Amino acid sequence: MSDHPAHLVILPVLAPFVAAVLLLALRDLPMAARRWIATLSVLVQIAIAVALLMTVAGGEILVYRLGDWPAPWGIVLVADRLAAWLMLTTTLLALFAVIYAGDGTDRQGRHFHVLFQMQLFGIAMAFLTGDLFNLFVAFEILLIASYGLLLHGGGPARVRGGLHYVILNLIGSTLFLFAAGLIYASLGTLNMADIARQAATVAPENLGLARAGGLLLFAVFALKAALLPLFLWLPGAYANTTAPVAALFAIMTKVGAYALLRADTLLFGPDSGALAGLYEAWRLPLALATLAAGMIGALAAPNLARMAAWLVIASVGLLLTAFSADTAGIAAGLYYLPHSTFAAALLFLLAEAFKRRRPVSADFFRSERDMPRHALWGGLFFFAAVAATGLPPLSGFLAKFMILRAASDAPAIIWVAILLAALVGTVALARAGSALFFSTRTVESLPPGAPALLVDQHPGEAADPPTGPRELTAILGLVGLILALTLAAGPAANFADTIALQLSAPELYIHAVLGGSEE
Amino acid sequence: MEALIALSIGVLTGCGVYLALRARTFPVVLGLTLLSYAVNLFLFATGRLAIGQPPVIGGGSYTDPLPQALVLTAIVIGFAMTAFVIMLALRARAELGNDHVDGEHS
Repeated sequence: MSDHPAHLVILPVLAPFVAAVLLLALRDLPMAARRWIATLSVLVQIAIAVALLMTVAGGEILVYRLGDWPAPWGIVLVADRLAAWLMLTTTLLALFAVIYAGDGTDRQGRHFHVLFQMQLFGIAMAFLTGDLFNLFVAFEILLIASYGLLLHGGGPARVRGGLHYVILNLIGSTLFLFAAGLIYASLGTLNMADIARQAATVAPENLGLARAGGLLLFAVFALKAALLPLFLWLPGAYANTTAPVAALFAIMTKVGAYALLRADTLLFGPDSGALAGLYEAWRLPLALATLAAGMIGALAAPNLARMAAWLVIASVGLLLTAFSADTAGIAAGLYYLPHSTFAAALLFLLAEAFKRRRPVSADFFRSERDMPRHALWGGLFFFAAVAATGLPPLSGFLAKFMILRAASDAPAIIWVAILLAALVGTVALARAGSALFFSTRTVESLPPGAPALLVDQHPGEAADPPTGPRELTAILGLVGLILALTLAAGPAANFADTIALQLSAPELYIHAVLGGSEE
Repeated sequence: MEALIALSIGVLTGCGVYLALRARTFPVVLGLTLLSYAVNLFLFATGRLAIGQPPVIGGGSYTDPLPQALVLTAIVIGFAMTAFVIMLALRARAELGNDHVDGEHS
């Protein structure tokens, strides 16, 4: 077919799986060795993702037939530009999450690194699979790993948030199976390219079943993406888990967004006959409402981790607003996706860093004595806040500008919502910053009768907590990724354009998977 | 037979949804289990119902083997998830001191 290695498409799935098995087998090694294996595995995955991206950048769609069964019958993995772009985003994020986890988080419970690699395994499979039922299996793998990661370290708050997350996702999985069953019953196939082809010629008596299946799928993906009525699980789960897990989970809502985009452009794309544009009526209103709800939640959040979780919801809203526009909007959204992922992860890591340095108030917006090296942490927070709200000069602003430009001939409500959301986000993060950094006081000035929680156990000069270099490495790494995305905005945006172009021509994907085998 | 299967799926789903909306973790787990039974039956029925047919292609009529493979996968995954959620419910009972899904009510 061409000069790329024959098994390149399955490597992103295999690498984390092999690493997870290896880590499980070598669980008696010292923690330092296990950390190195985990970090090395993520570095290998980054190299694979880069190789995959370079291979598919020219527009080729790679298809890997598992067991060499021909496409509509066997399961296929498909690597197009979109999948490769998301794989690179995921692995880069995972590198800094795993580095940060080496700073003590992975000692709070057992098998952190095993679960972490399994999580990457599930995410990679979700991005690469070309089969609807295999997508369900990928979701289950990433979910069961995420249950373990979410509860890592234990504690009542974590268990409570985790219980909601697990139960809601189990119901979501059941709905996914109902949806897959309906689609199989009406279209007779589960291969995504074949679904798109069969949808064009669906029999009228099966149309209702197919539509019901498609819309059930929308509900499932909306739950994963935390779209408006289905986002209530997110703040409690993300805000209470450990920082590196929350940082990695910044990509999890994007898996839902990816599935929505894929279903929108491929399964129910323009060529799908009576099923074309099935999601059109729901997408934009729900996305705008999610954006608004996320920002209102951020405004009301009592601490930084919870605010970051609400900002994740808002970013999903903005992302899907962009995906609702035309090809230019999808391109803008795909440039915004890595930016918002890195910015959210940065906020989660910073929240944990502040918790360690504010012994009384943690990351709650209450006054506390000045944290050590406040210039450094304040500067980093300022950077993260500028990135998260999309103010100039960082990539968030560029992405927002592109989204607004793409929506220039869309209803004005989009402009109003995006600009207002940016304003509300700025207010929320300004409030957070002034509470965390400016509202400092000495221990003596505590009001009489202050709650016991506020009484400082260790008066005197605050010491820098005993953290290794990994904490700053991870945080500065994410800062570097956002800077790189800003400086390389031209090439990145051009590449996002080519992704959107490829998505706007689903017949390329269908032809790559099914070939010319007309039935 | 179609009516009987449809009725079974409907009753199982209805009971599952009702139990999943309860406030205590044990009924919720039972509800999730009933929902997964319902979806297994449903998946089985998506290949159309046929009696006494082999699930093998070749020579005459056959019943669709693919939904049976899907059901098998769904049963395995559903079983693992149920085991996990039971353990989590027990953990929540221990950590939060009660079996309310929000961990508040005594």
